[in-house]
Amino acid sequence: MSETIIRKMQMDEPDERRVLDLTSQGLIGRPVTRPDGPAKVAGTASYAGEILPEGTAFGVLVRATIAKGKVASLDEASATAMPGVLGVFTGERFLRNPAQGGADAAPVQGASEVAYFGQPIGLVVGETYEDARHAAYTMGVTYEPADDASVDLDTAKSERPDAKQLDQGDLDAAMAGAAHGVDVTYTTTPDSSAPMEPHASVASWDEEGVLTLRGSYQMLRHNRIELADALGIETEKVRILAPFVGGGFGSKLGIAPEAVAASIAAKALKRPVVVAMTRQHVFEGTIRRSETSQRMRLCTDADGRLTGFGHDSKVSNLPGESFSEPLAMTTHFLYRGENRRIGHEIRRVNRTCAGSVRAPGEAPGMLATECAMDELAEVCGLDPIELRKRNIPDQQPENGTPYGTRLLAECLEEGAHRFGWADRKAPGERREGEWLIGMGVASAARTNMTAPASARVTLRADGTALVETDMTDIGTGTYAILTQIAGEMLGLPADRVEVTLGDTDFPPGSGSGGSWGASSTGAAVMLACEAVREQVCLRMGVEPSALTMRDGEAMAGNTRRTLEEVVGDEPVAATGDFEPGSTTEQRVMASYGAHFAEVAVNQTTGEVRVRRMLGVFSAGRILNERTARSQCIGGMIWGIGEALTEDLVHDPRDGHVVNRDLAEYHVPVNLDAPPIEIAFLEELEDWGSPIQSKGIGELGICGSGAAIGNAIYNACGVRIRDFPATPDKVLAGIISEEEAGRLSSGQEK
Amino acid sequence: MKSFDYLRAGSTGEATGAGGAATRFIAGGTNLLDLMKLEVMTPDKLVDINRLDLKAIEETEDGGLRVGALVTNSDLAADPRVRRDYAVLSRALLSGATGQLRNMATTGGNLLQRTRCSYFYDTAMPCNKREPGSGCQAIGGYNRIHAILGASDSCIATHPSDMAVAMRALGARVEIEGTDGTRRTQDLGDFYRLPSDTPQVENALGEAELITAVILPAPVTSRQAYRKVRDRASYAFALVSVAAVVAVEEGKIARADLAFGGVAHAPWRNEAVEAILVGEAPSDALFDRAADTLLEKAKGQGSNDFKIPLLRRTLKATLRELTAEAAR
Amino acid sequence: MKTTLSINGSGHDLDLDPRVTLLDALRQHLGLTGSKKGCDHGQCGACTVLVDGRRVNACLTLAVMCEGREVTTIEGLGAPGALSSMQKAFVEHDGYQCGYCTPGQICSATAMLEEAKQGWPSYVSDDLESRPALTREEISERMSGNLCRCAAYPNIVDAIEDVAGSER
Repeated sequence: MSETIIRKMQMDEPDERRVLDLTSQGLIGRPVTRPDGPAKVAGTASYAGEILPEGTAFGVLVRATIAKGKVASLDEASATAMPGVLGVFTGERFLRNPAQGGADAAPVQGASEVAYFGQPIGLVVGETYEDARHAAYTMGVTYEPADDASVDLDTAKSERPDAKQLDQGDLDAAMAGAAHGVDVTYTTTPDSSAPMEPHASVASWDEEGVLTLRGSYQMLRHNRIELADALGIETEKVRILAPFVGGGFGSKLGIAPEAVAASIAAKALKRPVVVAMTRQHVFEGTIRRSETSQRMRLCTDADGRLTGFGHDSKVSNLPGESFSEPLAMTTHFLYRGENRRIGHEIRRVNRTCAGSVRAPGEAPGMLATECAMDELAEVCGLDPIELRKRNIPDQQPENGTPYGTRLLAECLEEGAHRFGWADRKAPGERREGEWLIGMGVASAARTNMTAPASARVTLRADGTALVETDMTDIGTGTYAILTQIAGEMLGLPADRVEVTLGDTDFPPGSGSGGSWGASSTGAAVMLACEAVREQVCLRMGVEPSALTMRDGEAMAGNTRRTLEEVVGDEPVAATGDFEPGSTTEQRVMASYGAHFAEVAVNQTTGEVRVRRMLGVFSAGRILNERTARSQCIGGMIWGIGEALTEDLVHDPRDGHVVNRDLAEYHVPVNLDAPPIEIAFLEELEDWGSPIQSKGIGELGICGSGAAIGNAIYNACGVRIRDFPATPDKVLAGIISEEEAGRLSSGQEK
Repeated sequence: MKSFDYLRAGSTGEATGAGGAATRFIAGGTNLLDLMKLEVMTPDKLVDINRLDLKAIEETEDGGLRVGALVTNSDLAADPRVRRDYAVLSRALLSGATGQLRNMATTGGNLLQRTRCSYFYDTAMPCNKREPGSGCQAIGGYNRIHAILGASDSCIATHPSDMAVAMRALGARVEIEGTDGTRRTQDLGDFYRLPSDTPQVENALGEAELITAVILPAPVTSRQAYRKVRDRASYAFALVSVAAVVAVEEGKIARADLAFGGVAHAPWRNEAVEAILVGEAPSDALFDRAADTLLEKAKGQGSNDFKIPLLRRTLKATLRELTAEAAR
Repeated sequence: MKTTLSINGSGHDLDLDPRVTLLDALRQHLGLTGSKKGCDHGQCGACTVLVDGRRVNACLTLAVMCEGREVTTIEGLGAPGALSSMQKAFVEHDGYQCGYCTPGQICSATAMLEEAKQGWPSYVSDDLESRPALTREEISERMSGNLCRCAAYPNIVDAIEDVAGSER
């Protein structure tokens, strides 16, 4: 093989070449089915914890049962005396907190200190899973509880970091002098990512001290560094494999305690160890989304143009954790208002670590902003769509930066037309028996981000292409879209492209997080393919501009050769390196959309059922219509969970997670999901990525819950400001409305 | 899960003979294994009763049905006689759990489901039911799914079954085989215990005794409904539920057999409520009076206060639905 | 404890701790990792397999209880080169994303269609006594024991409707 060529691009200026429009294989955008599909539906796709080397021992974590303090003793002796128990592991390298996304360093370590109830404090390893589990669950532990545990949000110490506050103009004066305004506070409960595959790691060490960890992680380039740092070894001594990941949604961005525990035990026992977290451990010991309290102060002139926009939020996290749910992510750029205040307070509590859960910031943030906009529309006497359209800014209202592509108004209009928005009635006016029917709308917006990414592409002797990167596919469709990009660039049908992912021996991809995977790693593959194409030109002696590649053939002028002929016995390999650059400062870039929901509210019980939803989105180039649609549907159903069912409950006395299983933490089920229509509006964003795409993985959840909340109001006149809108809360509102005479009982026929 | 001896029983006598304080019978296993994995239940011996001949649904001499203890929830819900004559039971079964769980869960096992109280499920928490005398952490904690009727200072747990609520409304009897091989039957209402100061005692089943069947009385002319209010559209335990078997004759309520789920330590029935309704013409005012009596001693625990108005409204709506044609 | 399990048509002689669930026997002792462990408490459906043709949660069954019964796992329904019609429909309709709940969904859906054929009603059936029409709502209710956190639910219903329609 010839030396690998490296093609770099840093995104300091827009790439207006639109390379993917110049090729002719016709794969881009097409709804091709996932190449990984047959393995997934046949059960042959292997997830973490499923390939167990000979002699693998089983580990189960031990949880802390105090909120704060020290572990005085772990009764290792009696545990190891139990049948089949091989050892108990703990220590200063054991993770106390899970790592935040992109940490690139070990998170807080040391299992002798307890910072939250449910924190892993040890690992019991047994010959069998049954032996290890019984010993871990019955392990004697004594504590020295601290007397200053902070579990109550109201009395917790809080911080207001300067960098997270904004005060522009005079919001108080704007509110006082405004024609219309709302001053309302929204609260949301904590959530759990709850991926279907619990976190799991299989650790094995070779004789050279190299650790191989088969894990379930989203961003291997970072996870490798975190794990090595946690263990105190060189990064090069760690290899992580994660070819399939059973969902992440943020909880697998950084390493979690099971990875380090398995590694420590495997080294000590000199045999492979698997640690699969139980579902209860996942709820308690991996990251959660913070609860939020958000005061929204919005005011307009007589024409409904925003003059002030205030968003003061309170969130929580463990003491010392840098992450705090960035609720004002879209507030900075979505709507006008020259007087602006963004406040952010972080309360320090001894509760399970808070971190990034799908669309950190926007998901709960837009629940508040988009419901508050609905309230504002009502006091302004404007249709909620019209209010939004009037307030789309010409330039970023805080620093004047121009916008990238932005089809927000078009999405709202297209959605209104498709959904039958004109048929919306006043609250309480549409009734079917006990059910009150209403419609709601919300804008969708998700900041577009990219991340450094590399990928290697090899054109092989058999005329097929191989794509290699440590990028992951957590269900997002990475296998499909990288296949399409490579096939498009090299003129190969999808079945002649092999994509291999999830191995840190390969060039580091962007990882899956922040909706940046496709635009970043896709760009790296595109760049690698460009370099491969140039090599093909050199071998054929033609100009790059003259080259056409299609269906396994390279053509230029009168020359036409198969790729087998071009490659011969010398494969062509190139690595693409993509780096974000200054375009992120030159343009405000985000994906946009509009959510529509129709709900039925049961007047007797307060139960809410979503009847249908529509999402109209614009997210740059759509690489695969099928997987993009699935991402949007999935995100919108997350919005149902956020709006109606999901509530991770902490006991007010010790902060422990009360509902730490899937029976009582209510992820939406199939019957909760209505028919959902998705439409994409075409656009190409040259400033974000050379493949003109923008992030789509989280867009669906941004605003969908608010559309549901607004539809509840339209159905029955009850404004829910404390999500999720469980029957108890909706019923309380219905009873108030009935008592105030604003809602008829529905019985007078 | 603690180690245990496993024994497969070939006869009911063999099963009861192997019984004892530290022995559990396993049928569907859906709740027992769930709790054993968490060390909430720690039997020394499991007696597998799945091979016993208790899978038949037979008609009784008086025109009722005898449902074998090992009849699965799926089979019972799908039985044509149950669908026709005991619709409330079929509906209740279908409202519970999932297709998979209903294929495993049995009639006898369903009656013996333990509470879903989170504090009962977590061995780090005090719980008088799991560890008598340790205290009740649900009181003063997060108790949204807990009882509003018949609770005690020791325990505010609810019984999670839907099936048992319908059976209570139908006046079902439980057939129990003792260690001496004799069988007795007991009204389902007498079978269950309220928590009082012994919440660990949930029913009248003696050590090593085996439920062999549930007997449904002959069907009655009635309209039936099982209404379940829950947090998601499917696959959630009842916040409250109402099982109702109602008949209206000549404009007057002739029968109102009512049972309630999600509100107490056992399926709840209050005959005084039914007495208010029977003999009267259906009206909203009448339903309110019935609800007043039902809720007279209702007590919220904080997070579950909403169940009091919710139960009233759900009861009224159910009665309205079942008496609607007569009222018109 | 010596146990013989019949899985996908072939017998397996095992010596198991009675505590081993059917799910762990499949995954850890027989290498059949297509059945997934999402919660281990019957709350997610990822472990759904067929026992004597009926869908059950393998995590809540002891392996020793399954002696003499016929167990069918996702591996018994089809292989990547020879997919069942339900497996193909899931690929075609993108009835999955991460794929972890997928084998359980497919086993569940396969058995669910049989239940519907036998005329079993569901909680959302208007009439308990007549044969239920397999509407989208009926499919959703009957599939609500299989959680999908990627929330591919509408696509899963599409896939099942497709298969149900072609079998009609």
